[in-house]
Amino acid sequence: MLKKLEHLEGAIQEKIDGIKDLASLNDLRVKVLGRKGEITLLLKEIKHLTPEERVHTGRLANEIKTNLEKLLEVKKQDLEQEEINIRLLEEKIDITLPGLPYINGRKHPLTRITEEIKEIFLAMSFSIAEGPEIEWDYYNFEALNVPKDHPARDMQDTLYISEDILLRTHTSPVQVRMMEKTAPQLPLKIIVPGRVYRRDDDATHSPMFHQVEGLLIDEHINFGHLKSMLLHFAQHVFGEEVKVRYRPSFFPFTEPSAEMDISCVNCKGSGCRVCSQTGWLEILGAGMVHPQVLEYGGYDPKKVNGFAFGMGIERIAMLKYGINDLRLFFDNDHRFLAQI
Amino acid sequence: MIVSLQWLKEYVHISCSARELAHKLTMSGIAVERVETLTGDFTLELDLTPNRGDCLGLINLAREVAALHGTNIKLPLIELKENDERIEEYINIEIYDPDLCPRYAARLIKNVQIKPSPDWMQERLIKAGVRPINNVVDITNYVMLETNQPLHAFDYDLLGEQKTIIVRRATPMETITTLDDQERTLDDNDLLISEESRPLALAGIMGGKETEIHENTRNVLLESAHFFSRGIRKTAKRLNLRSNSSTRFEKGVDPEGVVFAINRAASLMAQWADGEIVGAVLDVHPNPMPPRTINVNPDQVNKLLGCSLYPAEMKAILNRLHFSVENEGNTLLVDIPGYRPDLLQEVDLIEEIARIYGYDNIPAQLPVLDPGQGGRSSYQKFKDEVLTLASRNFMETINYSFVSPRHFDMLTLFPHNSCRRALKIANPMSEEQSVMRTLLIPGLMEVISRNLARKNNDLAFFEMGMVYIPQEDGLPREKLKLGAAVTGNTGINWLKKQIDMDFYYLKGILEDLLQRLGVKEYSFIEGQEEFYHPGRSAYIKMEEEIIGHMGEIHPRVAQHFELKQRTCALELELDKLYPCWEQKKEIMPISKFPGMERDLAVVVQEQVSSSLLIKVIKDAGGLLLTNIEVFDVYAGEQVPEGYKSIALRLAFLSHEKTLSDEEVNQYMHQIIDHLSRALNAQLR
Ligand SMILES: [Zn+2]
Repeated sequence: MLKKLEHLEGAIQEKIDGIKDLASLNDLRVKVLGRKGEITLLLKEIKHLTPEERVHTGRLANEIKTNLEKLLEVKKQDLEQEEINIRLLEEKIDITLPGLPYINGRKHPLTRITEEIKEIFLAMSFSIAEGPEIEWDYYNFEALNVPKDHPARDMQDTLYISEDILLRTHTSPVQVRMMEKTAPQLPLKIIVPGRVYRRDDDATHSPMFHQVEGLLIDEHINFGHLKSMLLHFAQHVFGEEVKVRYRPSFFPFTEPSAEMDISCVNCKGSGCRVCSQTGWLEILGAGMVHPQVLEYGGYDPKKVNGFAFGMGIERIAMLKYGINDLRLFFDNDHRFLAQI
Repeated sequence: MIVSLQWLKEYVHISCSARELAHKLTMSGIAVERVETLTGDFTLELDLTPNRGDCLGLINLAREVAALHGTNIKLPLIELKENDERIEEYINIEIYDPDLCPRYAARLIKNVQIKPSPDWMQERLIKAGVRPINNVVDITNYVMLETNQPLHAFDYDLLGEQKTIIVRRATPMETITTLDDQERTLDDNDLLISEESRPLALAGIMGGKETEIHENTRNVLLESAHFFSRGIRKTAKRLNLRSNSSTRFEKGVDPEGVVFAINRAASLMAQWADGEIVGAVLDVHPNPMPPRTINVNPDQVNKLLGCSLYPAEMKAILNRLHFSVENEGNTLLVDIPGYRPDLLQEVDLIEEIARIYGYDNIPAQLPVLDPGQGGRSSYQKFKDEVLTLASRNFMETINYSFVSPRHFDMLTLFPHNSCRRALKIANPMSEEQSVMRTLLIPGLMEVISRNLARKNNDLAFFEMGMVYIPQEDGLPREKLKLGAAVTGNTGINWLKKQIDMDFYYLKGILEDLLQRLGVKEYSFIEGQEEFYHPGRSAYIKMEEEIIGHMGEIHPRVAQHFELKQRTCALELELDKLYPCWEQKKEIMPISKFPGMERDLAVVVQEQVSSSLLIKVIKDAGGLLLTNIEVFDVYAGEQVPEGYKSIALRLAFLSHEKTLSDEEVNQYMHQIIDHLSRALNAQLR
């Protein structure tokens, strides 16, 4: 009996070694350890042995059984691993072939710049204000200190709907509307993005374009505050290393008025074609809110001050993206839009 | 305005280089656009702001330069050799309308020799962009460029017998032929230099043809007058006639400079036209303006600028600008010279102080910001979200708000379609941009058309923007819309998995968008917009309201826009979606129990819409039927003609228990039963 067992064990070990696939291994398992398997059958003969032999043989038989089970399991793991290895090898793909094209959209470059600017001022606790694109002459001009016969109206050639209604030439009318709404409460801190319109059309002017306007009204606001805020803005948009300068200018609704230049983003200030060799690029107009405008808005210019600034989004987008023709923004060529 | 540096140097000492000067001027508010190097000279191209018309005169510009350098200007020396006669013997002047012309001065220069002006003068005029004509005319222009005071020369002998100059308003429909040979028809807002009945010149704008200086002129009547800017501007604008003279008067000229300029011109005419100056200036100036003084409070200056300048420093700056300043207590009383009509109130002088002090010298300081405020409104967040969602599937475009009125015909809109009632621009750039849009779709069609012409064939675009609806009174209503358009497919690829960007593609994106925006109950009903394919057009309905439309562009319309491919489009009214978005707060819990799915294929008549089929199933399916998905639509073999087969996957789910087969079978029976009774549907 013992001999038989040991012999059987040897024979089965050999068979396990010789097996090449999982199916045969499973067949062998059934043949050896199944209910009618060789070991099982052999163990049934134990009852014919003497009690002493029975104990001894039984223990040995169980050892052999455990051992075989272990061998079968190890073999199974090996075969499985082998099978996976083969599959992985067979399933190799050309990972350099292109992926499935996914039609996705993009925000327009002008939207992106507008969002960027909005974020900067939202972080400085400004609100966003909006107003009508088709506007009363009163809000677009008169309340901004530009009466009907004022020569400053020539600065902006206007598209009119009627004598009193026009396409706003700047986002500034929203300043007055918001002042009317808010006065005499303080502070008023708004940023105004939107479409504006002028009678102009060439590589650097479009009859429709976009502006972002800012307004801060409070007690004790001064020109120095305007400077620091605009520097902060310029550094956010054009990088920490950008330099700014302020030139006196004229806007009917601010005084003192200024234009802010940044060091040329192309040549870093040494002079090139983009900056007409000056090293500087004009990017926005600003100033302290004119006392008349504060009065129109319902504030007492003796008690409060404010500053305002406005910039053309297209101009900033052109500088940031290195575009030299404004009309590309409204041409909407897929190949242009897909690059941003 | 172009300035010769060599000429400018006659009035002020300039020690720095042309480029340095240009920089200093630019940084003080007189923008120099360009510096050009010529032989023996430089020219500066100035871009003057409208308030600084004074700098159109070189002497005034020299004052600016002197202020920057802390020096003084040199006025030209005027040598006047008058004869023994008196001008009053020759001419009489009457101002009828002092509200338009407060001052009129004249001189008579006799026996002039008309010839070309000296070369140096011609050269200077040419550099300044003025065409030389003859010595007398050139001198009037030269002195104007020098002093900013426009002058006019009449041929004295061509005046009528009475030798009386009248400054008066024109009578309606009165005409004058100006120097440029144009006959101008006037109204009673226009001012004339006239004789009793014959107009001689359009005051302050342009002389008349009839009394023009010509080669045989012997005696010159010289005019140096002041006209108020408002009247000049009105006439110049209405006649669309702008001259060097009118530009200056419009921007404001020094009323005190009248006599200096006329004397300067007379002396030059004596020198360069061999003229004989008749004694005295005839200066009619009935109501001289009193000198103007502006009070400046130094505290106000520092408060507005954020500086701490001493009053003495401010005074020194104002003195450099040649303004005389007196102290009265703490206040500075500043006399405003006549050549600075732009200075009207304290803040104007604060700006003067700031710009001479230098904007770059004003210290930047952070304002104290209250962090508790600001941010986006709910509506602004909604718009941002729509834009972000739309830009996942479509390229954003930005199109002009004004369009061609032809668009409405191109869209084949019915005559009574309200979209045709668009706002017209009174003075459009062109017919193509002459009305305000009432729809976004035509703009998108043009974008698609343009792209297709450039062989960009697979396109998905959107625009979020306003359309403009005219109102009875007041401003138009601006409605925020979302428009989108698609054509082509998702792009050729080796996996052969491109999807046509057609009606259902667009509808899929739209449904996803609506769902994400919180619109739960919406339906698609057959649409009737003229510009869509009548069989492929829909309205999107939310409750009882139509919130938008979509469809395949009608082949006719496609032809009009030159769309060579099938194109689909949609337009949504965003303001109608906003309330849903705002209420979108709740998230439903997920059931702990497994659901069950059943497939169902039915054959129905072709005209039965899937939405009707689904409605019938929903009505019969009970509360546990949570989702219905169409996964196949088939017509052809094995389906009788006029019929189609639709396969649906039905999902049942309970929040209270695991559903049993028997239960779901029962629901399926109900559904099938209902389908066959309501739609005569057969199981397949
Ligand atoms: Zn540069």
